[in-house]
Amino acid sequence: MKLQGRVWKFGDNVDTDLIIPARFLNVSDKDELARNCFTDLRPDFVNKVSLGDFIVAGENFGCGSSREHAPLAIRSAGISVIIARSFARIFYRNAFNIGLPILESKEASTSIEEGNRVSVDLSTGEIVNTDTGERYFARPIPDFMREIVGNGGLVEYIKKKGLAKQEM
Amino acid sequence: MPMTITEKILARHANLEYVSPGDLIEVNVDMALANDITAPLAIKVFKEVGARKVFDPQKIALIPDHFVPNKDIESAEQAKVMREFSAQHQIVHYYEVGRSGIEHVILPEMGLVIPGDLVIGADSHTCTYGALGVFSSGVGSTDLGVIMATGKTWLKVPPTIKLDYEGSLPPWVEGKDLILYTLGKLGIDGANYKSLEFSGAVIRGLSMDQRFTMANMAVEAGAKNGIMGPDETTMAYVAQRSNRRPSIFTSDPDAGYEKVIKIEVDKIEPQIAFPHSPANVRPLSQVGDITLDQVFIGSCTNGRMEDIRAAATILKDRKVAKGTRLIVIPGSQSIYRRAIKEGIIQTLIDAGAVIGPPCCGPCLGGHLGILAEGERAISTSNRNFVGRMGHPKSEVYLASPAIAAASAVLGRIAGPEGL
Repeated sequence: MKLQGRVWKFGDNVDTDLIIPARFLNVSDKDELARNCFTDLRPDFVNKVSLGDFIVAGENFGCGSSREHAPLAIRSAGISVIIARSFARIFYRNAFNIGLPILESKEASTSIEEGNRVSVDLSTGEIVNTDTGERYFARPIPDFMREIVGNGGLVEYIKKKGLAKQEM
Repeated sequence: MPMTITEKILARHANLEYVSPGDLIEVNVDMALANDITAPLAIKVFKEVGARKVFDPQKIALIPDHFVPNKDIESAEQAKVMREFSAQHQIVHYYEVGRSGIEHVILPEMGLVIPGDLVIGADSHTCTYGALGVFSSGVGSTDLGVIMATGKTWLKVPPTIKLDYEGSLPPWVEGKDLILYTLGKLGIDGANYKSLEFSGAVIRGLSMDQRFTMANMAVEAGAKNGIMGPDETTMAYVAQRSNRRPSIFTSDPDAGYEKVIKIEVDKIEPQIAFPHSPANVRPLSQVGDITLDQVFIGSCTNGRMEDIRAAATILKDRKVAKGTRLIVIPGSQSIYRRAIKEGIIQTLIDAGAVIGPPCCGPCLGGHLGILAEGERAISTSNRNFVGRMGHPKSEVYLASPAIAAASAVLGRIAGPEGL
């Protein structure tokens, strides 16, 4: 699965309150959440982001709350992939569960800059900065997690696998 | 094979003899938890996967605590989704406003989580129950929705960092200071994906309330869970609250740890976390002159009986400083009731505090006590990220209830010794 997009660059420790502040959590509709994504950190983000854009960030992206509203807001705003040096544990799991692919690469996180055009191959973990020609390899995503993302998230994956039929 | 307490609880719930860090396992869940913010999404997932029945109506807790009593129409709708789902599926542990409180305060208080349990909650501070020798960890709503249907989830066995606290605690240094000090050492991602095991003579000397405070903030270092081995204090707490038989697990002396960190507590001062990270800590003596607009005492970190009592001890016959507002929120209805009986609420009101209804309150900046641009607060809660309690240009400092109460009197960050 290959994806291409333009990069929005973020720093270290982007927490879930910055991604979607709690004052907007009185709704759970994904499009409403998207409207307030990064509102305090980068107020222009939601107006300027294009469908398919990437986020490239530093360490510990998504730290803080367990709110799944955070990856949902990012995905619904149009972001197709997040590449970071590292992710906070709960965010990592939530992103896959809702079908937002995320990759860990120290080199890509350091070298890629705001506005670069980048492509990723989720099956190999290869990341290419098409502006500079540089290539990086992310830690490969385990097969079953790639399958979850490929199906659009855990709900679709479970429906397809028929796992939900047991005991229900 | 030797195992840590975390590994033993995970192995038991995966029906395995032995697990080691990195193993991917499927576990049975003893209690699944969500609140009025995370439950509506989980319920949506539950329906979307085609589930018709919950795995066990006794083993799900749905607690309205974040935006209740409903702050606006939208949050009223979310609370309604959870209420109707609970009625439809006969969820035993749904507690309505007025008979409830903060999820991580009431679950232990009501004896719904006991040593040896495996608890998964759609809230990052689910790690609080580790204080009881429980494996507990936070997840998102999709994971929780699937757990409500199947009673199972997958986990990767985490490596464990052992924290060994030795020495004797100086005056005004308590569980909150120990965890803030530890976060300062570990950093905000120092335990990402890992288990934090709190041990040593100092931990054994702490009350349950202080232990909950410490386990609660394990997630602020990114930890998957925080845990303490059960002892007499744990057993006495549980015996009064639950009829279920606890399963006592303890770490083997030769269990494998990724790291063992020794912490000498003798010279630790009260700790203050500066904006905008719980790991950005300074000892009280190096704080400088920081004036305050608001003080908040409450939350799943420090809204328990001992916390409210400590605040009242300091505020007795004193007044909140002019220009400073004090908000106190008892963590549960039963704490509130006890605080009234003990005269604590009277003391706090006489001092000039406003008492909020048991809920998360200003901690997450969505409801009650939100900060304006440029305002500064000290809070006994767990996070001080940018905009956490209101305007993105407001500031939050984190501290213990004793420091927060003294600061309310003086109108600036200070310890009780300055009174």
